[in-house]
Amino acid sequence: MLEIKNLHSVIEGNEILKGIDLKVNKGEIHAIMGPNGSGKSTLASVLAGKDIFEITEGEIIYEGKNLMEMDPEERAKEGIFLGFQYPVEIPGVSMINFLKTALNEQRKHKGLEPIKSSDFLKMVREKKDLVQIDSNLTNRSVNEGFSGGEKKRNEIFQMAMLNPRLSILDETDSGLDIDALRVVAHGVNTLRSDDNATIIITHYQRLLNYIIPDRVHVLYDGKIVKSGDKNLAIELEEKGYEWLAQEVAAK
Amino acid sequence: MEKDQDKILEKYTQNEYKYGWVTDIESDTVPKGLNEDTIRMISSKKNEPQFLLDFRLKAYRYWKEMKLPTWAHLRIPRINYQDIVYYSAPKQKAGPKSMDDVDPELKKTFDRLGIPIDEQKRLAGVAVDAVMDSSSVKTTFKEKLAEQGIIFCSFSEAVQNHPDLIKEYMGTVVPYTDNYFAALNSAVFSDGSFCYIPKGVRTPMELSTYFRINAANTGQFERTLIIAEDNSYVSYLEGCTAPIRDENQLHAAIVELIAKDNAQIKYSTVQNWYPGDKNGKGGIYNFVTKRGMAKGNNSKISWTQVETGSAITWKYPSVILIGDNSVGEFYSVAVTNNHQQADTGTKMTHIGKNTKSTIVSKGISAGYSNNSYRGLVKITKNAENARNFSQCDSMLMGDKCGAHTFPYIETNNKSAIVEHEATTSKIGDEQIFYCNQRGINEEDAIGLIVNGYAKEVINKLPMEFAVEAQTLLQISLEGSVG
Repeated sequence: MLEIKNLHSVIEGNEILKGIDLKVNKGEIHAIMGPNGSGKSTLASVLAGKDIFEITEGEIIYEGKNLMEMDPEERAKEGIFLGFQYPVEIPGVSMINFLKTALNEQRKHKGLEPIKSSDFLKMVREKKDLVQIDSNLTNRSVNEGFSGGEKKRNEIFQMAMLNPRLSILDETDSGLDIDALRVVAHGVNTLRSDDNATIIITHYQRLLNYIIPDRVHVLYDGKIVKSGDKNLAIELEEKGYEWLAQEVAAK
Repeated sequence: MEKDQDKILEKYTQNEYKYGWVTDIESDTVPKGLNEDTIRMISSKKNEPQFLLDFRLKAYRYWKEMKLPTWAHLRIPRINYQDIVYYSAPKQKAGPKSMDDVDPELKKTFDRLGIPIDEQKRLAGVAVDAVMDSSSVKTTFKEKLAEQGIIFCSFSEAVQNHPDLIKEYMGTVVPYTDNYFAALNSAVFSDGSFCYIPKGVRTPMELSTYFRINAANTGQFERTLIIAEDNSYVSYLEGCTAPIRDENQLHAAIVELIAKDNAQIKYSTVQNWYPGDKNGKGGIYNFVTKRGMAKGNNSKISWTQVETGSAITWKYPSVILIGDNSVGEFYSVAVTNNHQQADTGTKMTHIGKNTKSTIVSKGISAGYSNNSYRGLVKITKNAENARNFSQCDSMLMGDKCGAHTFPYIETNNKSAIVEHEATTSKIGDEQIFYCNQRGINEEDAIGLIVNGYAKEVINKLPMEFAVEAQTLLQISLEGSVG
């Protein structure tokens, strides 16, 4: 589904990603871990197409297409979803209106008619239950006045509504209490299928107690320095990132 | 981020104005220039009673002694008043009785503007007075409204058929001495709309006037007068467009509203005069005096405006709150793009007891434009328990434009409560990226964000115009973000 080869990316003259290689297949969940400043969020932004990051080397192939030639909205319509670390507030735009616009853009891209209002509302009800989101939340403006936890749940709610092929969840667990963490994990697990894939970017191992990853990668100083199965996450939790730093230095 | 802002501006492309075409029609035009003879000529063409000619001449003599005020935050090029045509009317039989008498070219013009003046085709819920240049082409649903005693006609017709009402009310809210452009309008005004709502009557449909400037080198000077008797209600809407021309054209109108006991007037404007090209060439100078008098107890006057057009907009739809418990409202969205300038706001003058006013102003500036809110809240000595709430928000797109707020508050009564809130925001790259990431392209994202920002005001418009206004906001800002 996704293949990243030797990806280098620069912002304001600083190289953040220094040669990333990653392959994600359909049906898989990958976790990317790493200390602050290792480039995790940059990788998420680059995949979503944020243009402040310049790609200086390498390639990204998504479903056989060159992702780097696509605008952010095109990537979204092709099934890439980014769960934002800091979801943005858009005052005056109701969540419902926003989601309907987004959904219809994606339907248009697939050559489908705009969704009927009754179908849309039915879908909203179903998906809302999945993340246990409050009814009045969907009637409020996009993320405006939402608590940190509500914002994160709202990201998963949007993911459920848009049914993406590749989801990238950027620190979706940060700032969540244990109950909210369970709700988010339940959402992600329910949405998991053989046709889609998920990349979970996280600082801590605790989310991975609830979402079992197929692969775990450690990003350190702009490179993936170690990959393994779910046990790698546990090992990291025990030993800390310092252990890896020493290992990298020793090479 | 800085780089992004630059890119936004670079991408500044043509801002397409949909209504920029010209109708080829023969006109009855007076020669350029302004003097007493011009005024006599206009008055005689319109077969006016003596009192009106006298009013015009007094106004003209007063105007001649006046100077253009300079307090507005506007750069106004010198206007040569002798180089303007003050009267130009499409040639047609006076006061067409049926659709068959209306020139097909005129019918076509208004059809193309989406304002069919043929009652058969017209949406049932709206009566229209269609005005081109200096005269009214056709007023629809006149007979139907007359059944309830409502008078809805062109100003010229009202002068002929209801001179007493004109004599009694014209100039009582905006006297010709009021300001420079009010004096000019009072001297040379040619047409406009007139509404009279009798006691206890609620208008069964929206009343509206559609103003179209067509002829070149011509100024449009219309007057609108709305009188709402006790316990009546009227919702009125005006729309305006003009052809694309390199020269600037002057539009100086007067609107007077009078609401008696328990009467309500809701006045909505969707102003889309030609704004000039992206380099600031051409466009309409929109210098308008709009004022309502909430004369009766418990009366209410509400202004809603969506201002997207004109090279320069200079106007302050205001309310004088005379009746006890009377209410004044002003809801405004003003968009300026490219080199447009706007200095707009309101004046709320509280005179009666327990009077209340609400001001919600949303400015959106893009390109090299300048957008100012200027408002006065005045509480007079005897206005016990007056309340005002003002909220003035500005949104900036790019870093070459300006947003300014000039709130003035004069309180002469200690029981008054006056609140003012102001915010300034920028459309963020983060907001746009968030929309992009959900599959919404940049133009649509801007449309969503701007309409969300302006929602409070748009919601005040009559339903079918709200949709039009939303589209207009988006079109006006097209190409303003890269």
